[in-house]
Amino acid sequence: MRYHRVLLPLLLVAAWELAAYFIANPFILPSLTTVVPILANPMSMTYTLGTGSLLENAFASIQRVGLGFLLAASIAIPLGILMGRSVALTDLLDSPIELLRPIPPLAWVPLALAWFKIGLTSIVFIIFIGAFFPILLNTVDGVRAVKKTWVEVATTLGASERQILTKVVLPGAAPTVWTGLRVGFGIAWMCVVAAEWLPGISQGLGYLILYAYNFGQTNLIIAGMVVIGLIGLAIDLVFKRVERRWFSWRELER
Amino acid sequence: MGLKLDGISKSFILEDGTEVRALDRITLEVSDSEFVSVLGPSGCGKTTLLRIVAGLERATVGTIVLDGETIEGPSPRMAMIFQEYSLYPWRSVLANIEFGLEIKGLAGEERRDRALSYLDLVGLREFAGRYPYELSGGMRQRVAVARALAIEPAILLMDEPFGALDAQTRNMLQKELLEIWEKTKKTVLFVTHSVDEAVFLSDRIVVLSPRPGRIQEVVPIDLPRPRERTSVEFARIRRYVLDHMENMAVSSKV
Ligand SMILES: Nc1ncnc2c1ncn2[C@@H]1O[C@H](COP(=O)(O)OP(=O)(O)OP(=O)(O)O)[C@@H](O)[C@H]1O
Ligand SMILES: [Mg+2]
Repeated sequence: MRYHRVLLPLLLVAAWELAAYFIANPFILPSLTTVVPILANPMSMTYTLGTGSLLENAFASIQRVGLGFLLAASIAIPLGILMGRSVALTDLLDSPIELLRPIPPLAWVPLALAWFKIGLTSIVFIIFIGAFFPILLNTVDGVRAVKKTWVEVATTLGASERQILTKVVLPGAAPTVWTGLRVGFGIAWMCVVAAEWLPGISQGLGYLILYAYNFGQTNLIIAGMVVIGLIGLAIDLVFKRVERRWFSWRELER
Repeated sequence: MGLKLDGISKSFILEDGTEVRALDRITLEVSDSEFVSVLGPSGCGKTTLLRIVAGLERATVGTIVLDGETIEGPSPRMAMIFQEYSLYPWRSVLANIEFGLEIKGLAGEERRDRALSYLDLVGLREFAGRYPYELSGGMRQRVAVARALAIEPAILLMDEPFGALDAQTRNMLQKELLEIWEKTKKTVLFVTHSVDEAVFLSDRIVVLSPRPGRIQEVVPIDLPRPRERTSVEFARIRRYVLDHMENMAVSSKV
């Protein structure tokens, strides 16, 4: 590894420690020595103010995101395929989608509470909203970008509509759909943290960091933030890996 | 028996309501195992004609008759090779050739063996596992030829398949195509705007006028194969065809 890749992080850590030493107020800036033990013991109950271990909180968040994200994907992908194939449907749905899309997912919170009350359904709904539009729009784009010639080759070889869908349209659109899933997951992960600030929630990384604030435990806030960042990063890496392994043809194709 | 184009005319109605006449009363019989080229200037309707024969487009007037039966859509007895690159970039070379066999429901060893034998025929055995983006233009068109041949059609429809290649590759592929044609005894309907290519390959050349494409002249070529491009006879026929095309160009300008 090139040394300057670790140089800056090391400097930042040093600067942090120095600043924490001079500020001398762990509520503003806790020393890293109080953050690291929390991260090093993710299964321990001692640091988390009775909310369950760090790992349990992370798991709760991942579960919620997973649910909302899968729901979004399972509606947005089929709908996107239909829209990509049918001009009439696109004309019909285009303006409502363009109207709804710019509304930030969190602006839906009051409505979600009114509809679904406090609880899992509301959170999943917010995540669903966050993930839905990038998946839908990328799927539509991907299906539209399927070359007419690809479809016609299949037609002349005697393919049925169904075969054209499964053997040409889906694989042809897959890389772009995957991009939509990746972007959608990123947004969903951001939404979950805020959605866990809703009343009536008692676990999750978002809940944990706000709860820690109420107790003045800034070291726990920071540990929670680090975990949120790391999980987001890890999942994005998985998405990228799959993209490189399966969908690199999109970039390599001349 | 064979392929019969009976009074084919085609008009496109554009969005603003104007009519573009692309083809005008094309009548042509192609006998079994015959190699017929359709030659004409750009935009005269060659692609349109081939698409109508392939069942991708409907004639405004006229019918296509194959072995005594009028055909209404794509027929498994014909395979088309497109003017632009048409391979599936997410499939390996072998999987591309297997595509038509998959559509037909052929499976396992049999499908693989058949695909491999056609890969052999175009001399690309060692590229079976490669992907289209790893191939040169000439190799890609060879794969497209193998994919078309693999479904074992009686008729090959070829739309300027070598148009995008450099002269040397082009000459090589023309030779290879003739060898394949002699081996497999397919009927070939070959579209080109190169006089040289048409004279080198064909039993007969059908010369189309500028748009709307009308049959201007049918030139039989009974030179023995392999033909020598530098021979006097070759030059004479080429001159003859060229004169016809130039006359048309002049008369259409007046
Ligand atoms: N779908 C379509 N809608 C409207 N006009 C069309 C359509 N397809 C073809 N045309 C028109 O019909 C004419 C013939 O087109 P075609 O593609 O058959 O020509 P071509 O002889 O194959 O030309 P080239 O040698 O450049 O490939 C052109 O004027 C073209 O603009
Ligand atoms: Mg053309």
